[in-house]
Amino acid sequence: MKNSKIGAWLAVILGALYFLLPLIATFEFSLRLKRGEYSFEAYKIVLSDPDFQSAFTYSIVLAIVTIVIGILIVVPTAYWVQLRLPKLRPLVEFITLLPLVIPAIIIVFGYVRMYNTSSILPLTQTALGTDALLSFGYVALALPYMYRAVETGMRSIDVGTLTEAAESLGAKWPMILWKVILPNIKSAILSGAFLTFATVIGEFTFASLLNRPTFGPYLQLIGAKRAYEPAALAIIAFIITWACMGLLQVAGGAMRSANGAKK
Amino acid sequence: MQSATFIEDQQVTTASTLQNKTSKAMNRDLVAWLGVSPFFIFAALFLILPTFLLLVGAFQDPSGNFTLQNIANLFRSDIIKSFTLSLEISATSALGGALFGFILAYAAVNGGLPSWIRPTLMTFSGVASNFAGVPLAFAFIATLGRTGLVTAALVKIFDFNIYNAGFNLLDFWGLTLTYLYFQIPLMVLILTPAIDGLKKEWREASLTLGSSTFQHWRYVILPILWPSIAGSTLLLFANAFGAVATAYALTNSSLNIVPILLFAQIRGDVLHDPNLGYALALGMVAITGVSNVLYIMLRARAERWMK
Repeated sequence: MKNSKIGAWLAVILGALYFLLPLIATFEFSLRLKRGEYSFEAYKIVLSDPDFQSAFTYSIVLAIVTIVIGILIVVPTAYWVQLRLPKLRPLVEFITLLPLVIPAIIIVFGYVRMYNTSSILPLTQTALGTDALLSFGYVALALPYMYRAVETGMRSIDVGTLTEAAESLGAKWPMILWKVILPNIKSAILSGAFLTFATVIGEFTFASLLNRPTFGPYLQLIGAKRAYEPAALAIIAFIITWACMGLLQVAGGAMRSANGAKK
Repeated sequence: MQSATFIEDQQVTTASTLQNKTSKAMNRDLVAWLGVSPFFIFAALFLILPTFLLLVGAFQDPSGNFTLQNIANLFRSDIIKSFTLSLEISATSALGGALFGFILAYAAVNGGLPSWIRPTLMTFSGVASNFAGVPLAFAFIATLGRTGLVTAALVKIFDFNIYNAGFNLLDFWGLTLTYLYFQIPLMVLILTPAIDGLKKEWREASLTLGSSTFQHWRYVILPILWPSIAGSTLLLFANAFGAVATAYALTNSSLNIVPILLFAQIRGDVLHDPNLGYALALGMVAITGVSNVLYIMLRARAERWMK
């Protein structure tokens, strides 16, 4: 028994070393821009770089648009599948898992081919069209996370009773979804939203191949020509990921306690 | 929340409206189908059709006639080399991730450690498995690059330069070591529920029957866990096989793995043959597809024990 405990400690300590050392090293590296002293100069340079500001804002807007489109597509689908079309569940689930099977680079390659300037639907011809295509692509990438989160939320409430009750009060289905279902699965939707945000914010492959100036390609560009700024950016990206996952746990906790309260 | 309680109060009145309901049934089905149609249109336009048309292109010549030439061209030596390198890196990082992920998860669940270790590990795994791509490459350059902290510390303390010893972050082992940063946490996240499924009674039962720790592992734990372990390893494999950003930012396309080659092909037709590019995509989908199908089959097997 004692031996196995020592082994367990050893595993955890070695794991902690492997996972913490790169973070410590990156942080230390990011402070070394000024010779002979530690400073936050690299962060200052990055944060005041207009290219950073525009790329970062761009990615945040894109993430929000992606989350909104994702909710608009996923919530009604999960609702109707749960309520009236349970036969469709396996098919819908299969489709939502496809983005985990087909690598992102293949999906975007498909876009480049299907929506190029000489196609029937030349989305890539205009900046706005490409932005729309990129958003839809991100909705597809985040589909597994968004759908699973919303579906879990939908299963934890009594969709049938809520719907009948709302109908008896004369509500039509857009009203039911908006005023009854949505508030009840708020924390599930938030979980999906944070996961989507974490996926979209630093995404590189789609943005780079569709030639949009988002945060991911900006990171890559700085990495190719600067020494200390990339380390600062990596720390910023890590904090964003950490924040998303932290908020995800808060939302998940809210979901669990809401379910607990019902019982 | 307020609306929910309000509606629960109204449940009594729903019974009276039940008769009304049947007459509207047809209408409702139509509404339901209309409600799910955006999803299917979206999936067709931005997921299924683009991929399908791409894969069709793998079987066409430039003028659109059916041919198997592109598939045959995949066996060109440079492309075979790319696939071999990709398979090796993905397999090594998947096996390494599976091994270390399993050890970590098992230690946290059954290792008798303080109770805060497990939630900390799970939260951190959630973050680290999402911390892939370009920033991860930066982190490893700052750690194990030529001027990285760990590289410098090893020189200072042990007078040992890993670069003189043949290590290169931009090489096979460097990329594999970097991939492990998201592979190990992913394994921890997938495997922990399976390890949770191991019942205490089984350990007691084997102890009562006089089994050694080795026998308990050999005849109880591994036979139960192997479908989960093997399945998760395949998932890790597919995960590494499709990854682009980390490798691209780290090696700047000097390491010719398949996703990097495909990236260059989409950018500027480096193969000078668009249809060969589609065949390359088909090859990638075939490999990730097979790994995922096997994963699903193994997961179904594993779930027998999870009840």
